[in-house]
This record gives sequence, C-alpha cells and structure tokens, in this order.
Amino acid sequence: MEAAFALLVSAYFAVSIYLLLSKHVIRMLLGVALLGNAVNLLIFTAGRLVKEVPPIIAPDASVPQGVTANPLPQALILTAIVISFSFFAFLLVLSYRAYQDLRTDDTDEMRLAEPAGEAPPPAGY
Amino acid sequence: MALASSGPMLFYLSLPFVAAILSPVLVRLAGHRGVWLLALAPLAIFAHFLSLADPIADGASFSGGVSWIPAMGVELSWRLDGLSFVFGLLITGIGTLIILYSGGYLKGHPQLGRFLAFMFLFMGSMLGLVMADNLFALLVLWEMTSITSFLLIGFDHNRRASRRGALQALLVTGAGGLSLIAAFLLIQFATGATSMSQLLASPDVLRESPLYVAIFVLVLGGAFTKSAQFPLHFWLPNAMEAPTPVSAYLHSATMVKAGVYLLLRLNPVLGETVLWETVLPVFGGATLLIGTILAIRQTDLKLMLAYTTVASLGLLVMLTGFGGERAIEAAVYYLVAHSLFKGGLFMVAGAIDHGAGTRDIRKLAGLRSAMPITFAAACLAGLSMAGLPPLVGFLAKEEIYAAIAGPDSWSILITIVAIAGNALMLVIGAAVALKPFLGSRPAALDEAHEGSVLLWLGPVVLGLLGLAAALAYGVSNRYVFSPIASAAAGLPVSAHGALALHPGLPLTLSAVTVALGALVYWRLDMARLIVAVLLARIGWGPDKGFDQAVSGIVRLSSGVTRIVHGGRLEAYMMVVFLTVAGVLAVPMIVYGELPQLPVPLTLTFYEWGVVAIAIIGLIAVMLANDRLTAIVSLGIQGFAVALIFMLFGAPDLSFTQFMVETLSVVILALVMTRLTLHKADHRPTRAKIVDGAVSVVAGIGFGLLLLSVTQVPFDASLSQFFAENSRTIAHGRNIVNVIIVDFRGLDTLGEIAVVMIAGLSILALIRLRVRRPLEADARPEGEAAPKGALENAV
Amino acid sequence: MNTVIFRTVAPYLASLMVLFSIFVLLRGHNEPGGGFIGGLIAASALAIYGIACGVAPVRRAIYFHPLQIAAFGLFLAAVAGLMSLAGGNAFMTGLWVFPEIGGVELALSTPMMFDIGVYCVVVGAITSIALALEEREVE
Repeated sequence: MEAAFALLVSAYFAVSIYLLLSKHVIRMLLGVALLGNAVNLLIFTAGRLVKEVPPIIAPDASVPQGVTANPLPQALILTAIVISFSFFAFLLVLSYRAYQDLRTDDTDEMRLAEPAGEAPPPAGY
Repeated sequence: MALASSGPMLFYLSLPFVAAILSPVLVRLAGHRGVWLLALAPLAIFAHFLSLADPIADGASFSGGVSWIPAMGVELSWRLDGLSFVFGLLITGIGTLIILYSGGYLKGHPQLGRFLAFMFLFMGSMLGLVMADNLFALLVLWEMTSITSFLLIGFDHNRRASRRGALQALLVTGAGGLSLIAAFLLIQFATGATSMSQLLASPDVLRESPLYVAIFVLVLGGAFTKSAQFPLHFWLPNAMEAPTPVSAYLHSATMVKAGVYLLLRLNPVLGETVLWETVLPVFGGATLLIGTILAIRQTDLKLMLAYTTVASLGLLVMLTGFGGERAIEAAVYYLVAHSLFKGGLFMVAGAIDHGAGTRDIRKLAGLRSAMPITFAAACLAGLSMAGLPPLVGFLAKEEIYAAIAGPDSWSILITIVAIAGNALMLVIGAAVALKPFLGSRPAALDEAHEGSVLLWLGPVVLGLLGLAAALAYGVSNRYVFSPIASAAAGLPVSAHGALALHPGLPLTLSAVTVALGALVYWRLDMARLIVAVLLARIGWGPDKGFDQAVSGIVRLSSGVTRIVHGGRLEAYMMVVFLTVAGVLAVPMIVYGELPQLPVPLTLTFYEWGVVAIAIIGLIAVMLANDRLTAIVSLGIQGFAVALIFMLFGAPDLSFTQFMVETLSVVILALVMTRLTLHKADHRPTRAKIVDGAVSVVAGIGFGLLLLSVTQVPFDASLSQFFAENSRTIAHGRNIVNVIIVDFRGLDTLGEIAVVMIAGLSILALIRLRVRRPLEADARPEGEAAPKGALENAV
Repeated sequence: MNTVIFRTVAPYLASLMVLFSIFVLLRGHNEPGGGFIGGLIAASALAIYGIACGVAPVRRAIYFHPLQIAAFGLFLAAVAGLMSLAGGNAFMTGLWVFPEIGGVELALSTPMMFDIGVYCVVVGAITSIALALEEREVE
C-alpha cells in the first residue's frame, strides 16, 4: 500500500520541482502549490496508512476500539494545508504585484535587486 | 604572594570607564575646562599605584579578581607586579597629562566630549590589559585597545586619510589579535594554564612543549602587529592622522608598547631559546634601522616622531630578545625613557602646530622667543631622546651599550645596529627639539604664540620627570627599574643605571653615537634627499601593499559574489534542488540503505483510480499551455488528494483539502485573469532535459526515502499516547482536533499567527500603490545622487 | 458569473454555509470538524457571496473588517491559553466546566474557546485575501 504511495509522492515531487525550475513565475507558483501537496502526502504516508477508519473514539468508549488511522500526521497536515494555502495566496499576490511593476513574469528579467552589470564596489576607504 | 582584597583595585580599574561615561556630560556642562575634573580619575589611580610602591619594590605582587565565565576558565583577574606596576604608572601618569592636554588641544571642538570618552575607554582597556592575569581577559582588553585606537585614529572621520589610517590600524592589529587568540588557546592546550600567574609559576613547561614553535610564532604575530615591527610597521605612521594627543598617548607612550609588554611578560616562559634570541633581535634590529632611515626622510614633525617610535619599538624588541638580565634591564630603561620623552615630544609637536600653524620642519624656525616654555620642554625631551646627560635617556643608552657590547660577532653586529639607530635617533631628537626654535623666525610665523597652560603642562612635567629619574637614580632604580626588570627577567634584578660617566666601552660607544649623529644632523637636508631618492627607486612598500591587498580582497569578494549570486533565480533553484537530490540519493547509496525492491503495489481498483486521477492532474498541470487548463488541472489533483485522505481515514484532512482547493481555484482564477501564462514552456529542449533529469532524480529520491521509512518498524508510542488520553484527559473524541487545539495548542497558536500575518501582508501588498514604470526608471538616478554627493564630500 | 439566479441565491447560500461552518466548528471536538475546516467553509461562503454580488455587500454584511475578525480570533486563542495561568497551571492547560442549561449538559472549555479563535483567524485572514483580490477585479 505504502509502496504505491511512494510512487505517487515521487511523481508529485518530480513534477513540482520541474515546475519550480522554470523561469516563469506563474509556473513556479503552480510548482509551489504542488510541493505543498507532495510534502503532505509524504508525511501522511510516513505515518502509515490505515483504510477508512478515522481516529475518532466511539461515544461509549474512552479509547479507540481496534485499529484507527494515525492521528498525529493528520494533525500536522491539517494546519500545514491551511498555512501553505495562505502562503500560496501570498506568493500569488506577490508575483502579481511584481508583474504589474516589472511588466514581466520571467525571472531572468526581474533584476531590480541584483541588476546585471552592476558597478563593482568601491575599492578604497 | 600577597593577596589584596579585590574591591579597591577593581574600583580603580573601572574608574576610567566611569570617566568615559561622564566626559560627554561634563564637557557639555563645563566645556574644555571639564578636563581638570576628569583628569582626577587617572590621577587617583596613579596615586593608588604609588601607595603600593614600597611592597612592589620589595618584590611583592598582588592579585585578585572576580569570576566571569567560570565554565570556560575566564575570570576578570588582575595581577600587580613590577611590570604591570610600571606600565600602570605610565598609563595613568601620562594619561592624566594627556587628558589635560586634550582639553587645550581640542578646545572648542564640537566633539571634545566624545573624544575624551574614547580616550578614557582606551585608558581603561590599556590599564586592564597590563593588569590582566587571566589570558582571555587579557585578550578581550587587547582587542579593546585595538578598537579604541581605531575610533581615535578615525576621530576626524570626514577625511579619507583618517579613515584609511583607522581601518589599516584596525585590520593589522586585529589580525594580530586573532593570532594571539590562537596563541593563548595553544598555551592553554599545552600547559593547562589560564592565567599569567599559573604560567609564570612553572616557567619551563612551555619551552619544552612540542607546540613551542607554533606558540612562539603566534605570540609574535600579536606582539609584532601591535608594536609595529617591520614589515608590519606601516600602520603606525598612518595612525598619525589622529589628533596629536592620541599620537602622544596611544601611538608612542602606551598602546604600541603592548606588544613589548607581552614579550617582556612572556620572556620568563618563552625566552632564552635560540629561536627567541635570533628572531627577536633580527626583526627588532631591522625595524630599528628602517624606522630611523624612514624618519630622516620625513619633514612633518609628527611623522618624524612616528618613524622614530617604530625604530624605538624595534630597539626594545631587539633588547628583549638579546638574552640575559642585563639586556632586559636595558630594555626597561629605554621603555620608560621612551614613554617620557616621546610623549613629551609629541605634545611639543602638537603645541607647535597649535601655536605656529604648521608642523613642517622646513618652515619652522626661531620660535624660542614666542614659545619659551614649550622650547624648554622640547629641550628636555629632545636631549633625553638623544641620550645625553643628565637625562633618563642617557641612562638607557649607557645600559644598552653595557648590555650588548661583547667580543663575539653577534654582539658586534647588534652593537653596530644599535649605534647606527641611536645616532639617527639623536638626529631626529635634535631636529624636532631644536630646529623649530633656533635660528631667525620667518615672517610667516609672526603670529606664533605660546599655548594655554593645558598645552605646555604635559611636556614640561614629562621632561622634568625624565630629568628627575636620572638625577635621583637611586630612587628610580629602586621603585621603577628594579621591579620591572625583575618581573620581566623572571628573577630578582637590581638595576645598575647611574648618572655617572664610566670611562670604558659604553662611554666610548656613546661618544661614537653622538659624533655620528652630529655629522648627520649637520647634513640633514642631504641625508633626507638621499633617502628620498632611494625610496623612489624602490617604489613599493608594505603600505602600498596593504592598499593592493585591500582592493584585491574587495575585487575578489565582488567577483565571488557575482559568480555565486549572479541574479538568476533559476540558477539558485537549480543549486537548491541539485543539493536536495544529492542529499537524498548519495547517503542512501553510500551506506547501502536503499529500500528493498521490488515492492508489491497493492491497492484496490478505486484507490488506483484516485491515484490515477491525481497523476493525470499532475501531468496536465505540467503540460498546461493556458491558464484555464492549469487552474482546472491543479484543482483536479487537489481533489484527488482530498479523496485519498478520505479513503485513508482522514475526514478532517479531506474536508480541509476540499475547501482549500476550492478557494485556491477561486483566487487563482481572480489573479490569473490578469497574469499571462506564456504559451508553452519557453525553456530550450536542452534545459528541459537537464531540469527534467534533476527533478526526476529528486522525485525518485523522495520516493525511496519514503519507502525506506515505511520499511522500518513503526514507533507508534506518540500516537498511542494521544489516542489513549484524548478522551480521558482532554474530553474530546476527535483525536485530531484534540491534538490541534489542546495537546499541541501552542503550535496551533503560532500557526494561526502565521495565517494572520499572511493575510496582513497580502492586504499590504494589494494596497501598495502601483509605481508607474516612469518612476521605476527614475530610481537608479535617485540612488546615484547620494553616492555622488558622498564622493564630493570626500 | 453574474447571472441573476446566482446573484439571488448567493446570499442565502452564503448564510447557510456560514451556519453550517459554525456547526462544523462546534462539533469538531468529538466528530470530524473543527476551527480550521469551519473557518475555511465560512471563508468560501463569503468569497462566493463576494463574487456573486460584489464586495461591498459582503463588507456590509460582516460589519467588521475581516482582519479585525482575525485579530479578535488570535486574541481569543491567546486568552484561552492564558486563562489557566489564573489557576496556577501551565500556559494552555485545558479548563472545563459542564453547566446544565435547560436539561442539556453543555461542555464549555478553553480548548473550545481556542478553537473558536482559530475559526475567527481563518475566516478573517482568508476572507480578507479573497475580498481584496475581488476588489481589484472590479476596478
């Protein structure tokens, strides 16, 4: 079961890294969105998979009966989803504003902070 | 060894720092007259030292301290013996006079308060340096003297030359400080000693250590940079950019002696080896000769004095390394004499500059009638520097010749070097002390006048002290020269200096020195010309080398920055992911921790279905050529992930994922309508292959990592804890939610704060007014403007 | 997307979703649900309302600025953690009371208060993002 998921996680990482290596901000954003899912799936699978039994205690019991899914990775991932979403939104708006200002989404042309052919620093005192 | 209570001494040692804090306030209240009050601080310390003179003269030493970082053997401990006693007297005694002199010299300067604060900081550091017993306390104070020296040289920081001098001094002495740190760490490693007292208690351990050579070299690295030995002497003349009180105090009387202090202090444990007795005289002798020759070349009074200071330090190092108590004795005579006369001469030079408006020796003449008191002080100091009786400089010179004269060739060589050096020193001493005052006064100097009492008090007192030390040589031998010589030699020494003409070798050598000096003085202008021509012929010196090194480092670092930080985001990303791929793959392969393959891929058909949907979504995102496809396929893979969570017992995750994907699609649609997604990938095929290979390797790396993780036994104890206690302790049946809001509530608090900050930042980004491209283009010019202004200011 | 039907239905749909989100929030401690999910549901409700009818009605409807809601949520969560300090317990120790109101036992606790804080932060922050983006759309 986990092996099939290892395959899926590989595919997620490969695609998101491939997109992140692109020069275009918009593709990189898609890569970031996929990377979040890739990591979540990695954590989820590493905590072992259990089919269909949520980690919820029955109303008349004080501990879970039988085998349930591992609650810990779920708690980690739950907050991770929301946070990665907020930062995805942040990156999206950031690149949108950069696009408005610089009129490009090509990272090679976004060189305001590190302009090409910058003068060397003063060698004196 | 008598142990004094640490209270009063620590109080006195901290007094300069208190004065440093008070001085800006006092100067604001009382102007330059505030120095009369401030000078009481060093005077009080001086008096305290004097009160201990008797026991010190009897060979006692005091120590005490408080612990600072006990775990690392660092404590603020001090040790007062003959060596630190005499240094302490010099630092506080000359310090008192210098503080007064500063008030006169920088009268009305807007930053006088800051200047005095720096001076007191230096005084406290220097005093601490010579008093420190713990090696690491000594190091800290050593560095503090470098830093305060930097601040004082760069005091007039609007001038480029000042900034250069300050930086040069800091870099050279700072490098020496690093060397000294290494030396002390090695000393601690080799002997286990963390303090001078422990080190001096077992003198032979270090000499016999296999690390001796390394320690020796590193100690010299610290001492030679601080005491400006050739070829590291160049920073000292450049330090003359500082105001004259600084030159008089730091760069002749005290700080530059720190290196010599260290050598004298460590002489009992490092000295008396062939290495010590060869390297020190060679470097010291070279420094002596080069310093005096370069001094002849100068026409600026301060620079002439600066180069003779270099020479004097060379002489001191030479004597320290010559070997034998007699040479140490000569060294300490010369050390004290030099501090007195050189401090005085610098103050005279400053007073001349102040009174006559120039320091150029070619323009100065006939000032004796205008500045009679300064002239008297100059005579006292100059004669002492020339080594003529009845001044302390004479005692020192007699002692030097008595110590080094000998029948073997080494002694003869050293003696010749000493005679040549002393003769040239006599020339400079006479030139600085006499030339500005004798002859007829040129018209340009009609305005020359005597300065205020603050300006002449210092040189007069120092000159008189030089006279008194020689006249009452019995007293000065007992209280000053014998204790310091004993401490430096490591065994009781009684000083021999006496104000008498002993017919014999030393007197003959003195006569030769004076005759040689007189000859050069007579032809000073010609000598200067010869040296100038010689230097022009060489055309390169360590000073120029320093500039080349600095600009080389700047060029190198900017080149390296350009390579590793070239401004291409894709290159950075490539480095990051190559590293990721390497980190994942290499250890697993090297250590043979690859997961077992092949593995059974067992999923039910509907699970396969969901996985297939996710992969289709992924591939569609990757290949998307327009924004609608991209958004929709991103949504598809997201919903597939939500389904996976649902199928594997995580309904909370599933719902959250569904909602997030919905919202993602919404905001992506909102933003992307205004962002152009370039049709197709713009990467050339070659780049695509490289990127693809990297991402495939990294992806497989993650997959293998996950496989190996799942193939080791699972430790469920943490999850077990949450499962068992969720209902019983936290009253909740949904374990995931209980973990989020209760067990790990603090994490969640941090996470919602992050969500909040993201929301705030996005709002701020959106509210920012869009800058028009016109303004964007105008900005580089706006940036260039202040740079240009700075250049003009320089 | 500005069809008449959508615009007519949207306010009701949004209020229903907000109501549902509160239900999901409150049952979260025992059944699937909780502050994060509830918050996301409410935020999407408001986002849909904004798309259908424009941003101004949404801003009027929620009365406060979304970030004020988020800030209130953060405050509430922090206070929920601090309350245990009054009893001399460590920060964030859960406190529970079970009052009986109208024959129904209620479980009131600081974790619940904390969860409500989480809900408010998520609703506030994400609604703020969505509305801000929708506003640009209108300009």
